[in-house]
Amino acid sequence: MEEESVTRKINNSFLRDHNYATEADIISTVEFNPSGELLATGDKGGRVVVFQREQETKSEPQRRGEYNVYSTFQSHDPEFDYLKSLEIEEKINKIRWLPQQNAAYFLLSTNDKTVKLWKISERDRRPDGYNLKDEDGRIRDPSTITSLRVPVLQNTDLMVEATARRVFSNAHTYHINSISVNSDLQTYISTDDLRVNLWNLEITDQSFNIVDIKPCNMEDLTEVITAAEFHPQQCNTLAYSSSRGSVRLCDMRKQALCDTHCKFFEEPEDPSTRSFFSEIISSISDIKFSHSGRFLMTRDYLTVKVWDLNMETRPVQTYQVHDYLRGKLCSLYENDCIFDKFECVWNGSDSVIMTGSYNNFFRMFDRNTKKDVTLEASRENSKPRAILKPRKVCVGGKRRKDEVTVDSLDFSKKILHSAWHPQENIIAVAASNNLYIFQDKVT
Amino acid sequence: MYSKGTKRKFSDGVDNKAVAASYSLQRQSLLDMSLLKLQLCHMLAEPNLCRSVLIANTVRQIQEEMAHDGSWQVVTEALGGSGHGPSDRLVDTEVLCQSPEQQDSGPKLYSVMGYDGCREEEVVTDKALCSVVVGDRSPAFLLGTIGHCWDRGELRVEDGVSKDSGTGDEEGTRSGEGAKLATGQVFGTFEIKNGAPGSDPALEELFSDVDASYYDLDTTLTGMQSAPKMGPYDFLDSLASSHGPVSNSSCRADLNELDHIMEIIVGS
Repeated sequence: MEEESVTRKINNSFLRDHNYATEADIISTVEFNPSGELLATGDKGGRVVVFQREQETKSEPQRRGEYNVYSTFQSHDPEFDYLKSLEIEEKINKIRWLPQQNAAYFLLSTNDKTVKLWKISERDRRPDGYNLKDEDGRIRDPSTITSLRVPVLQNTDLMVEATARRVFSNAHTYHINSISVNSDLQTYISTDDLRVNLWNLEITDQSFNIVDIKPCNMEDLTEVITAAEFHPQQCNTLAYSSSRGSVRLCDMRKQALCDTHCKFFEEPEDPSTRSFFSEIISSISDIKFSHSGRFLMTRDYLTVKVWDLNMETRPVQTYQVHDYLRGKLCSLYENDCIFDKFECVWNGSDSVIMTGSYNNFFRMFDRNTKKDVTLEASRENSKPRAILKPRKVCVGGKRRKDEVTVDSLDFSKKILHSAWHPQENIIAVAASNNLYIFQDKVT
Repeated sequence: MYSKGTKRKFSDGVDNKAVAASYSLQRQSLLDMSLLKLQLCHMLAEPNLCRSVLIANTVRQIQEEMAHDGSWQVVTEALGGSGHGPSDRLVDTEVLCQSPEQQDSGPKLYSVMGYDGCREEEVVTDKALCSVVVGDRSPAFLLGTIGHCWDRGELRVEDGVSKDSGTGDEEGTRSGEGAKLATGQVFGTFEIKNGAPGSDPALEELFSDVDASYYDLDTTLTGMQSAPKMGPYDFLDSLASSHGPVSNSSCRADLNELDHIMEIIVGS
């Protein structure tokens, strides 16, 4: 991506705008569908809101592909586990779209315990003229029926309805952190802290456990799984990351239980920066395969690393997201910010990677030009259709104009979730309960 | 920052001690904070397993370093006799174990409470616990393992830490040393700042290969408003990264000692 297009963006629309932030509205996941036509968000209240891109029209070229609400539905409800006396949160942890195979759209959404397959379909016609029931649906008195008629389809207003087609439950003891659809489009994996389960999209009462890192004695537990993803092309390959900063690549052809990895990606620790927080900040919060399938990106607390799948010893690129926080780790540990799980995304061509930070900042790194930019997702600092101004965090003594000092960063404003359109330069950034959509400047 | 691996600068004795003392103070604070987090984690409906594991690993790391660097101040003090120093800073509130009939069949649990500044009235009385002010003689321990944190998801929910009757007599019978160690002084391990130098090699040998286990802080801790002080953290953040050598004269909370005591008492 050229520098120009990286730095100049239009703030397209502010959606789900609330003056006050109710906790249920906090966005917990954002995902474009494979064509980029739809954008789904999940929130803490268990709702899924799907946005659809407007068709470009000649009459209004400036409204180039804005995203408008297409469908809203309650995906998960709070549940109570009676056996353990625990409440199961309805927060949507992840949404993953299935590639479109017919007129309907399908997505998987998950909370801590249950994965659901939702079908989103349009209905713009309905049958009218039934013999046995009238228009309201009430059964007609048979004695009043004097003639037969054939029902006809009448046009109605467009209705988008979402129906739960499958519910995959009772397979996870611990909290689900990831789901990933296989390239075979028939199976998917769901991952919790200690296990990865393989499902067939058609079968809900059976799942296969393919990775299990639970120790016999839970007191020996020192490592958990933090994320897992299928390879984008190889349907037998999956990768999972751990809280110790390592990634394991597994081949399902090798054996049924993939406890032994094929490849192990871990960078040796730098002894000069070692501290009591080293392990915590090395914990990987997100992994993403590149679209090409050649690279793997990992996000830990302070950096984003790009790994070549052919080289396990160290990443090919390391990008510092907010290294100025390295001296603040103790405070961040105290206020729990050190446990924040940031996600990372590739752009469509794998040339740019993006991840979030604090103060509603998010960062983009161009892998080819090695340039990076910090942008801000906030209403106060940018107006709709205004070009985003690059931001800078002042680390030295003297603060220049418009720079933000480390001490004035707002750690409650964090960008954990974001998404990049699969083909175009359109990004969706979630900041608490607000969703920001940015795209390239229209020239 | 708790950085290691950098060269130690030559400085005069005073500076050395100051750095060492501040390092161990910060380490102590970090340990306190971590234990508090774990304990609060335990209180939540369903603790975040990843977070708990990371905090527990941090605690283990600190413990290992303390064991590596530290001397057995508290142990020798407790054995030595009065131990008047630490007890000044100790909280008198300790939690008595429940009577034997209420004890469950699981592993015996003990906890240690010793927070400076914690007053009796701040202790929350709970049905599951009886919090009683006890003098030095009473060796009430409540010590759990982090395993209970993890297992929460799998097993039935624990409504507090289960007790064992750890009376002085009982512990006395198990081990004379244990009983002595189980005095109030040991409770102050979290807050012991200074202690008499010297260590008992015999004790060290005895406790040398004990497994570091985790402690379940009593639920009464939640009644406390005192949190580890903010001061040290600011200091921490600005502290140059240097591994201050820990001198013998400074004191550190040796959870390992408690481990050892527990080992003796529990007989594991």
